[in-house]
Amino acid sequence: MSQDTLFDKVWDLHKVADLPGGSDQILIGLHLIHEVTSPQAFGALKDKNLKVKFPQRTVATVDHIVPTDNQSRPFKDNLAEQMIDTLEKNCIEHKIKFFNIGSGNQGIVHVVAPELGLTQPGMTIACGDSHTSTHGAFGSIAFGIGTSQVRDVLASQTIAMNKLKVRQIWCENKLSNGIYAKDLVLHIINRLGVKAGVGYAYEFAGPAISALSMEERMTICNMSIEGGARCGYINPDEKTFSYMKNKLCSPQNENWEKAIKWWKSLESSDNCIYDDVFKLDASKVEPTITWGITPGQSIGVNQKIPSLNEINPNDQFIAEEAYEYMGFKPGQLIKNTPIDVCFIGSCTNGRISDLRAAAKVLEHNKVAKNIKAFVVPGSEKVAKEAKEEGLDKIFIEAGFQWREPGCSMCLAMNSDKLIGNQVSASSSNRNFKGRQGSPNGRTLLMSPAMVAAASITGKVSDIRDFINK
Amino acid sequence: MSSKFKPPIGNFSQINGKCISLVGDDIDTDRIIPARFLKCIDFDSLGKYVFDDDRKTLKGNHPFDLKTNKGASILVVNSNFGCGSSREHAPQALMRWGIKAIIGESFADIFYSNCIAIGIPCFTLPKKSIKEIQKYQDIKNLFLEIDLFKSTAKAEELKFNLEIKETSKKMFLSGEWDATSKLLENKDLIENKLNDLPYIKFNN
Repeated sequence: MSQDTLFDKVWDLHKVADLPGGSDQILIGLHLIHEVTSPQAFGALKDKNLKVKFPQRTVATVDHIVPTDNQSRPFKDNLAEQMIDTLEKNCIEHKIKFFNIGSGNQGIVHVVAPELGLTQPGMTIACGDSHTSTHGAFGSIAFGIGTSQVRDVLASQTIAMNKLKVRQIWCENKLSNGIYAKDLVLHIINRLGVKAGVGYAYEFAGPAISALSMEERMTICNMSIEGGARCGYINPDEKTFSYMKNKLCSPQNENWEKAIKWWKSLESSDNCIYDDVFKLDASKVEPTITWGITPGQSIGVNQKIPSLNEINPNDQFIAEEAYEYMGFKPGQLIKNTPIDVCFIGSCTNGRISDLRAAAKVLEHNKVAKNIKAFVVPGSEKVAKEAKEEGLDKIFIEAGFQWREPGCSMCLAMNSDKLIGNQVSASSSNRNFKGRQGSPNGRTLLMSPAMVAAASITGKVSDIRDFINK
Repeated sequence: MSSKFKPPIGNFSQINGKCISLVGDDIDTDRIIPARFLKCIDFDSLGKYVFDDDRKTLKGNHPFDLKTNKGASILVVNSNFGCGSSREHAPQALMRWGIKAIIGESFADIFYSNCIAIGIPCFTLPKKSIKEIQKYQDIKNLFLEIDLFKSTAKAEELKFNLEIKETSKKMFLSGEWDATSKLLENKDLIENKLNDLPYIKFNN
């Protein structure tokens, strides 16, 4: 059993009671909701004749279903309109703060909450979305929940949960030039596998993690769930505090110093105990790209798609399924694979630094013929900042479509979808079968800079050939 | 399907039913219920769309379409079943199709807790035993009797010792798996805890 890690400290602080069944009752400090996983939870409250217990601890925005081309209301898609309308009504009825389209603060829930300073170290954060792990970048304990648990949080501000084990993932050395947080997290998931994190919280640590910016740290924690870990976190440090300073909902004035003092006390202690430790050398990480149908099936951009005998026996079944679905052969190089669609966005890589990295590659370049390329800023704030820096123009001049904020083709709940067996170079988080809206669509996950590079050549390319020119 | 559907309530210790076996590791919740079906404000119509993409691809040969699997209620799966998205729509769709219990090599965390929350017990068995069931299933229908109290699954010639988290088992046996009312019993403790949190103080 882990002891004295940040996870242990935050868990203990939020533990309300031992429940008769044996699980813990955990208080949720911040509850984030959106239009997809909340309507049934509000419905269940109504059925049980219950109210939202602490409406000030829940914050809402709309992200999954919003169109990114034309956001005027009513939406063209009746079902999408019905969902946003339901969320609006529920927020009014239950007095929940809602950041709607046009508020200046709408966007992907995991982009918006950190921008507003809602996400803070030491909090427990829950949301009906598996990528809630993103908020762990600030040293909070954040995890996805299902709709029944959304109902429980609305009704009681608590959930029943078994305490997770803690695995430290120690990243030695530093990432090389042209290697991004996305490459590192894809590498980690590949090394440990997509199931290794089941039952665990991942603590990411080491020099390579300390060197990352807050936005890069969010990319790492965001994809914890792709490694099976419901929760991933990083101990807060000066970078965390300086990112948070003067954010709308951050502690202000004399409370700021008090907060920092408390945040520092949360750090995993020197003599803490982990259930497991995994070490890797970050300087060995290459630009990494997925070739298969799980985020664990990835290789360096200059590597060959592994043959069955190079794959762990437990992962061979899914590897065979991946060869067939993707139309790739073992031993084939991933580099130069033709691309049809380029997507930059998502809660993994839709922040301003991601757009900057991609724009840097695209400046004075053009998107290759027959490539559909589009960029979806993670939030209204990201879009505004990008426009102020002129990034929108760089994207548009290169041949990208500049869109409005939302989840978009990460999960294709709006009209942004792959068609047929198109191949997408995507900065998102999941390459599951059918994930991007076509039952036989194919997704290659990579960093936003790598997506930009692919858009120029029309095929999988090594970002280092662009930035080292 | 939806009009007749009644979610389970109360305690239960016995689940008897026909098995349906679905072979494959890392079957994610996008496959169980593709995102386009999440455009809804209730779960009622989800049963018919379970595995929609996979079923269309297999043109009638998907286990959820095979006549021999009609009426099955115990789903047998391989490892890391339900990985990916937290959408409760996935177990809701399975439940509305008719699934009452799942036996697998392993389950993703969020999927597991969603199943428990809506009343679908998930049991684990070693790879070898799952293979044995799946092999048997290829030849003829398998009717299992699951005894939750003893954690066993029995058919004529087969017997397995199932694993289930002790907390989940207790909840189903006691009928207290619908968590909300249990949680609200501690409402004073919740209030005190909340008021004591350092960040509640310095965020005001």
